[in-house]
Formats: sequence, C-alpha cells, structure tokens
Amino acid sequence: MERQIRRLGIGLLVLFLLLFAQVNFIQVFAAEDLENNPANALRQLRTEYSVDRGEILAADGTTVLASSRRSSGDLKYQRRYPQGDRFAHLTGFYSFVFGRTELEQSFNDYLAGEAAELLPQTLADLVLGRDKRGATIVTTLQPELQEAAIQAAEAESGDVAIAAVDPTTGNVLALYAEPTYDPNQLASQDPKVVRAAWDELNEDPDKPLVSRASDELFPPGSTFKIVTASAALENGFGPESTWPNPRELDLPLTDATIQNFGGTHCSGGAAQITLASALQQSCNVTFGEVGLELGAEALAEQARKYGFSAEPGEDVIPFDIPWVSGVFPDAETFVERTPAVAISAIGQQDVATNVLHMALVAGSIGNGGVMMRPRLVTEVRDPSGRVIQEFAPEDFSEPLSSENAAALTQMMVSVVEGGTGTAAQIPGVSVAGKTGTAQHGEGEAPHAWFVSFAPAGSPRVAVAVVVLDGGNLGSEATGGQVAAPIARAVIEAALGL
Amino acid sequence: MSRAVVRTSRVPLGSALGFTITALILSVGAYVIAGYGKRGQLPAKFVIYAAIFAGGYALALIAIRRFAPAADPALFATAGVLVGLGFAMIFRLSGGLATEQATWIVVGLAAFVVTIVAVRDHRMLDAYTYSIGLLGLILLMLPLVPGIGRTINGARLWVQIGPLGFQPAELGKVLIVIFLASYLTQKRELLQVATTRLGPFRLPAPKHLAPVLFAWAGSLAILFLQRDLGASLLYFGIFVVMLWVATGRAVYLVIGVVLFAVGAYLGWALFDHVQLRVDVWLNALDPNKVFDVGYGQLAQAQLGMATGGLVGAGLGQGSPGLIPFASTDFIFAAIGEELGLLGTTALLLLYVVLVGKGLRIALEARDPFGRLLATGLSALIGLQTFVIVGGVTRVIPLTGVTLPFVSYGGSSLVSNFILLALLVRISSGPAPGRAVT
Repeated sequence: MERQIRRLGIGLLVLFLLLFAQVNFIQVFAAEDLENNPANALRQLRTEYSVDRGEILAADGTTVLASSRRSSGDLKYQRRYPQGDRFAHLTGFYSFVFGRTELEQSFNDYLAGEAAELLPQTLADLVLGRDKRGATIVTTLQPELQEAAIQAAEAESGDVAIAAVDPTTGNVLALYAEPTYDPNQLASQDPKVVRAAWDELNEDPDKPLVSRASDELFPPGSTFKIVTASAALENGFGPESTWPNPRELDLPLTDATIQNFGGTHCSGGAAQITLASALQQSCNVTFGEVGLELGAEALAEQARKYGFSAEPGEDVIPFDIPWVSGVFPDAETFVERTPAVAISAIGQQDVATNVLHMALVAGSIGNGGVMMRPRLVTEVRDPSGRVIQEFAPEDFSEPLSSENAAALTQMMVSVVEGGTGTAAQIPGVSVAGKTGTAQHGEGEAPHAWFVSFAPAGSPRVAVAVVVLDGGNLGSEATGGQVAAPIARAVIEAALGL
Repeated sequence: MSRAVVRTSRVPLGSALGFTITALILSVGAYVIAGYGKRGQLPAKFVIYAAIFAGGYALALIAIRRFAPAADPALFATAGVLVGLGFAMIFRLSGGLATEQATWIVVGLAAFVVTIVAVRDHRMLDAYTYSIGLLGLILLMLPLVPGIGRTINGARLWVQIGPLGFQPAELGKVLIVIFLASYLTQKRELLQVATTRLGPFRLPAPKHLAPVLFAWAGSLAILFLQRDLGASLLYFGIFVVMLWVATGRAVYLVIGVVLFAVGAYLGWALFDHVQLRVDVWLNALDPNKVFDVGYGQLAQAQLGMATGGLVGAGLGQGSPGLIPFASTDFIFAAIGEELGLLGTTALLLLYVVLVGKGLRIALEARDPFGRLLATGLSALIGLQTFVIVGGVTRVIPLTGVTLPFVSYGGSSLVSNFILLALLVRISSGPAPGRAVT
C-alpha cells in the first residue's frame, strides 16, 4: 500500500506539473497571440480604458489639452479635450472605435503608463489596487498664441494654416489649420456618436482630420525664393550681385516664359537688378535666372539642407507626431527638363511644402543658419509630478553660413520695410519676411503665403502663414495683402505686443 | 479492530497559530484588495466579513487543539487560504454571491468543527461500511427523483426542497470514498489473488472483478442519466485508484484505463453533448467559433488568463465578468486574469501542498482503513482539481466540477470542509480523553 501511495503522489504531481506547464503556456508564451484573438476585443478595450490616461499639457504646464476622467459607462475612463477643436491636429484623438492619432498615438506608451520608466509606479498601483496611471506630456504649445492664430485665421474667410516656431529651440509654439475638428466626439463612449462624427468628418471634402499645416503639401510660390537665394549666397553670389533684368525670361527648349507678378518689369525696367532687390520685389524673372545659373544640382542640395525630401512622405525632419515635410525632387529628374529648374526656383511646379516646414526654414535664417528640429514635447512627468524624460532642443542642419544667414536676413527685412511684405510691419520691431502667391491650377485662385521671423536681429518667433485659394481676395490675392497681416498679428501676440 | 493508535505528540501552539494567522491575513487581505480594486475603498462589510473569517478560523483552530491536537498544523491553514482567495474573487465578481458564500463558509466551518468533535476516531466509520455506502448512493441518485430533482445547465445535479437547493452528490462523493475505503480494506485480500490469465495479465477471479465492473457501470449510469461527465470521470477515477492502492495490483489500473477508454468512446459515440465538449476543447479558439455558445466561454477563459499574463490585472481590475460561470466552474480563469501566473501558480502549489499533506497523512496512518481513507480523500481533491483546472486550461475536455474550497457553492464548500475534518482526524489519531481498544 505504501508504495502505491507514493506512486499515486508522483502521479498526481505529474498531473499538476501538466497544469502548471499549460498555465505558463497560456499566460506567458501564447499570451500575446491569445490577446489578439477577435473574441478578446472587449477585454482589451476595457483593459486599455481602465488606465487613468495621462494628461497632455500646454507649455505653461497648467492648460489641459487632453485629460481623462472617471466615466459612469462600461469603460472606466473617458478622454476629454477641454480646448475643443483648438489643438485637435496636435493632440489627435483617442477613440475606442478608431484608435489613436498624433500625440495620443506617438506618446501612447507614456500616456497609457506602459513605458519602462513608469514600471515602479505601475507595480505600486497594482499592489495597492489602484488604477494604473499614465504619464503627463508637457508640450511646447502656447495657448494664448494659438488663440491669437485662431482669431487671425477666423477673421479671414478662406482656409488658413499657421505655424509659429521658436527659431532657437525648434519649439512649436502654435500650429493651427482650418478646417479642424472636435476630438471629443470621436472620444465618446457611445459608438453611435463616434461613428456619426467619423462619417461626417470623412465625408467632408475638406478633410478636417488632416492638418493643412503639417500633413498636406502646397506649392510655396515665391516664399521658396529664400531657399533659392540661400543657394545663390552659398554658391558665391552676394546680395549685391547683379543679374540681367528682362521683362520676361525665355525658357530654354520651349516657347514658354517666366513673367513677373502681374507682368510688370522689375526695378522700373532697369537693365540690371541685384539679388537683394529681386527678393524685395519678388522678381520671378531674376530668380528664374538664378535657378538656371545655379542648376538643379545646387538647388536640390540647398533644398536637402533645409529638409526638403526628394519624394513626399520620406519625413527627413523628425517630429514628435507624424507629418509630411516639403518636397524638392532630385537633380536627375530635371535632366532634359531645364525649364522646370527655373520654375522650381520660384517655388512652383515640382516644389511643395507646408507652413510648419516653411516656419522652420525661415527660422533657420534668423537663427544664424542653424535649422532646429521641430519640438512639440519638452518633458514627460510621472503621475506624482516627477520629470522622467526630457527632450532637449536638437539641431537639424546648417543650411547656410552665419554670414549668409545675416545677409539673407537683411534682404528679408527689406522685403517688409519696402517690398512686397509691408503689411507685416510692426512699429518698433524689425520683421524679416517673404511673400508668396502660388499658382496651383488653371483658373484656381492662388495660395497666399507669408513666411517671417522677428525680431530680425535675435528672433523669438518664426511664423509661416498660408491662405488657401486666395481667401477674401480670391484670384486677386497676394501673399503680401492676405497672409502678411495674419503673420503680423501672430508675431505681435508672440512678442507680447 | 486494529491496534490502538494514541498519539501524544501535541503540535506546538505557536506553529498552529502561525499557520492559521497567516491564512487569516491572506484571506482578509485578498478581500480588502478586491474591495479597493472594485470601488477604490475599504469594502462596506469589511468588519462583518473580517469577523467571520477571524472568528471562524479561531473556532476551527480551537476545535483542532482540543479534539485533534496532533493534527498537521498546516492542513487547515492551506484550505483556509484557498477559501479566502475564492471568497475575495467571488466578492470581486458579485457582492450578492459573496454574502451567500460567507454564509456557506460559516456553515462549512461549523460542519468542520462538528465532524472533528463527532468523529472522535475515524475508525468509527469503518463499522458502518454498507450504511455509509447506501447513503452515498442515495445522495448520488437523489436528483433523479422526479419532483425534487432539477436540471441546471444541462446536468441533473440539483435537488430542490422548498427554498433549499443543493447538490447532494458533493457530500455523496465523500461518503462513497469512506465506503470504498472500508469495503476495500475488508476485501483487499480477496481482490489481490490472481487466478485467471489473460494474455500477459493475471486477473482476479471473475467474481472479484465484479465490483470494478459495477463501479464502471455506475459511472456510466451517472453519465447517461445525469449527463454529468465530470462526476462520472471522478467517481471512476477515485474507485480505480483506491482499488489499486488497496490491492497493490497494477492490473486494476490497466483494466480501469481500458474500461475508461471504452466508456469515453461510448459516451462520445452516443451523446451529442459529449461530442460537442470534445470539439469545444479542440477548437475553442477557432476564430470562426469563438463567439459561439460553449466555445465562447472556454475561449473567454483562455483570453482572460492570457490577458492576466504574469502578474495579472489586479483584483478588481480585469474583466472576469466576460467569463461565463466565473464564480463556479471557471473561477480558476478569473483568478488567472486578475492575479496572473503568480496567482495561478500559488493556487496550484496550495493544492499540491494539500494533496501532498493528505498522502503524507495516509502514509503515517497506522491502520489500513485510515490509510486508504486518507488516500481516497486526497486523491479526490487532487483529481477534482485536475479535472476542473485541466478543463478550464484545455488540457482535457471541460467537465463541470467545482474547484475545491475556492468555487462559489454551498454543497461543495460544506462537503470539502467535512473532507478536511476527516483528514485532520486521521492525521491526529483518536481524540484525547477516550481510550480506544
């Protein structure tokens, strides 16, 4: 009997070892596969929404852009966006049907409390039976400046996109694009509300979910001349270098010509024109000549230094949320297409970008030729307020020497002082700027651009504005008339004027 | 009867007290954590439930000290932790069920104390072999009586008399084990003799094989009449194991396995619901079936445990409400979801300790009846745990039995406490104060 009892013990132990092995298999080795089983959707959702998701804060550390609160519904926490549609393109949304976007997605590990730095906290909460808490994200966004941008944009009837960046740090101070949307509806816990909002947003031909400030590309028009001018300066031409000044530029290999805006003759028809003067008056003819003189290679090289990629979506400039940076094609695509070089040099045809990218480009000129990586998040704090992660400003590139940057700054100041951009003048502040009026289709009203930074000597803000399809003035619009006043309002707000 | 067994080795109070206090702390602690997990505050009935656990465990300890002073000090504590853990999980799932379970814990502890006091010497039971056997059989068959029997969830296991519903088979199981221990102790010499040869095996005389065939037929009858796969498997398994241990003849194990295979095949061939069980077992996670009835519940158990992962969601933090029957058959999966692999491993280890201690008691018992009884009771806990945990984790097809001491349910809890009291009794030997000759 004794032997049998011992054997029975061994037999039962083997059975229990079998159970132990299987439990390990289910809970550890196959756990990930099992969790993704379609029947587990609700559990995953509940698990996800049982986390007290971290806040997204403005730069002041107090203005709440996104937060969570206890919900009485089936899911424990409800995401809220107290600022409504103001920061939607930056925070993104957090929807139990359609997932996450923008900061909600790119910083999800921190917000959801999954990041390794939060492990001690998470374990403590687990032991104490408290809800898991996510970390707080502190952004660079300035609520007053964003508000000023929104008001300036709303005063204009057309769709406006505005970017305001600190040139010395790359901090994105304000970024706003029309149309926008209210993420609160997508974060609703009522699937009907979510789907209705989603359908409406997706059926809207203006695509409010896509930011025109950072997700879409538009021809920059004459604002791109600051890139072409940079290439000229970097290739040995000075602001006072002189260029032939015909009324129009015959393009090689074709019958086509490049004309100045409104068909005018720059500098009253003088035989020669300086580079500085051509920028001040935004002479298409001169910059077409500059483009042809420098060639596709030099232009493309300069554009690369400013972060323009050869194809859209290459995202060479790292950012804290997904975005689409500007495009300038590779030099070889211009082979046997010489006219396109001249047209691209004035920011048409093959060139496309958006206000965030152009604010960085303008800012880098003000910043002594150093282009900063755009920064949206400065630090991450754990739920008790301790800083667990800091993001320092980072250089992205040095598109031009500091001497050339100073020269170009002076040329851009003259644009505002006595050129196409006088509408951006601010008493007592030296503003550097460049206008653009970009054609984008036969019979379509042009996009009106303005890129700028101020104060010119030691800039605190770089602002880029685009008013799509001409805005109030329609086909009569120019960047100087429509976009420059908006930029001025934003600069004034940024400088506290 | 056999020679007197009188143990004088009283277990030191310190170790008995230490084990019991540990069990109390773990039980009440799990309950408090579940309360915080659920509502973020101390449970409203904290004082009541803490008093029930403290008072109940204290009374049980006093009864053990007074009437079974030499009993293994960790035995009751191990079961106490299981009960506490189960209660915390049930409370987390439903406050209403927790109130009922608390009542049953009180009744169970009372049954434990009464059993220890009443059964002063386990050998008393050896005198009533057939009465106990008959009573066990009656309890097993009671649900089949028209008028009082009830079919719940496809199995005819319940008896409803007035407002009182219970599963008589839970107590019947314990009685059957007592009967088998007694019967087999008496007959084991006859069953050991081999007379017939069948191929490589030497078989006992056909008339001695009759009990095996009878038990097999009985188990099949339970399967056919009550549609209770789990109980059927359990009875037959216990019977074969006890027969083997009693006689020392491995041939009974072989015969048992063969008969089980035949029975299982018959069940599969004859019953749709058995075929469904097997298909659910094999295909529970098939994406095309996970939302179907039957498949879904087993799938949710797997997904719950997987989501729990290593450390679990935390008591009150997971979604065990998605697992059907989370408080009874599937409580192991619910614990796996909220306490993770750490929790399920701890749970399995507690059963290993409990069963190991039971078999240790069997080895140390001086009389064959006590030895066989302790073996049978330990095997019952071990096999029942394997059947339900194996079913929930898809090691074997799922058959609904309770997880001893942990699952919600009065009949099961009270019977398990009686079973535990018997093990405590065998462990300690006869109660002091009366000489047994």
